[in-house]
Amino acid sequence: MKITVASGKGGTGKTTVAVGMALALQADGNRVTFLDCDVEEPNGHIFIKPDIQKNEDVFIDVPEINLEKCDFCGKCSEICAFNALLVAGESVVVFHELCHGCGGCNYFCPKGAVTLIPKKIGTIEMGTAAEGLNFAHGQLEIGVPLSPPLVDAVKKKQNGGITIIDAPPGTSCPAVHTVRETDFCLLVTEPTPFGLNDLALAVEMTRALDVPCGILVNRAREGWDIIDKYCKQNNLKILMKIPLSREIAGAYSKGIPLTFLDKEWGVAFRRLFRDIREMVESERNNRHQW
Amino acid sequence: MRIAVSSTGPNATEPAEERLGRCNCFLVFDEAENLLEVITNDAASSAAEGAGIKSVQTLIKHKVDVVLTGRVGPKAMNAIMAGGLSVYTGVSGTVAQSLKSYLKGELQPLLAPNSAAHAGQVPRERAGR
Repeated sequence: MKITVASGKGGTGKTTVAVGMALALQADGNRVTFLDCDVEEPNGHIFIKPDIQKNEDVFIDVPEINLEKCDFCGKCSEICAFNALLVAGESVVVFHELCHGCGGCNYFCPKGAVTLIPKKIGTIEMGTAAEGLNFAHGQLEIGVPLSPPLVDAVKKKQNGGITIIDAPPGTSCPAVHTVRETDFCLLVTEPTPFGLNDLALAVEMTRALDVPCGILVNRAREGWDIIDKYCKQNNLKILMKIPLSREIAGAYSKGIPLTFLDKEWGVAFRRLFRDIREMVESERNNRHQW
Repeated sequence: MRIAVSSTGPNATEPAEERLGRCNCFLVFDEAENLLEVITNDAASSAAEGAGIKSVQTLIKHKVDVVLTGRVGPKAMNAIMAGGLSVYTGVSGTVAQSLKSYLKGELQPLLAPNSAAHAGQVPRERAGR
């Protein structure tokens, strides 16, 4: 089962929750893989402290033009959705930083003048942590503003059992690539107007991707109920609340996972997982009937 | 010679547009100030990224020699140089006024980008206009 931990707003506690759940389930004897897909700013390793055993470079294919074969028809420039190719008179300029590596220019070139050459966009680091927890994260190459292909590559490192995926914040391409084709998306938010605004966007994203979702309210406070009201109106389930606490913030700042702070958090995260599994199974049954 | 001015609309009486990649259209004139052609700039709304490059590609296709605009980023500047176009900046007032300024030699030729690279479309209300 693949569970993504996502949020619209950044800094709501995705990593705290994803790490807590992964460690709690691993300690309970499950086979767990933790994937950090926030390739622009991975931080799961700070808490999980894995022993990295393997590196793997990730590439995309970018075009190179053979000017002897090219007749400057402009087809490649016309079909490029990201405007990475310019045909000007008897020259072709390739803007590699805009290329997303789709290979369309190569496919459509009537003269076979486009060859694809690999360009490194990042690295995946893989290893294991305490009690055999599998770990992988992506590190985007500096100066490469293109994370979705690296996100996809990290996602392939799942290893059966339970996969907990820490998503990048937001609702744009990197988050979409992380959440899509997973079994469940846990949306972490906070009871502030910013938290609510971005949660609503994230809920829309999960619905567009047809991934069932549930809500976790972090930094919950007595009387701060805008998320509760929103969830009630929109028929969404709040699966867990983590209180605003100086103790939790202090542990976070030292890289200490919640499950090490208090054993009760291990119990809470296992209960959270059980609730998610029930939601996924009932969703599957419902779909089966249709 | 074909002179294109980045414009907010299809008439010479409309305000010239400072943005190259995100202008609504280009108005093409000859040196006698005759309007030869109005080119709709598809890049303005359709391109998520690389709007400057796409706009320059359009200008190249329409055999433009000189473009008058406001701001040119590094990628668009590369494209302009590759295409062998000349670019003059400092358009102000209407398209017709900007063209007159150019013909009087009042606009500055641009040899290097005068605007930073940026990703995606900047909403109009935040574009400092």
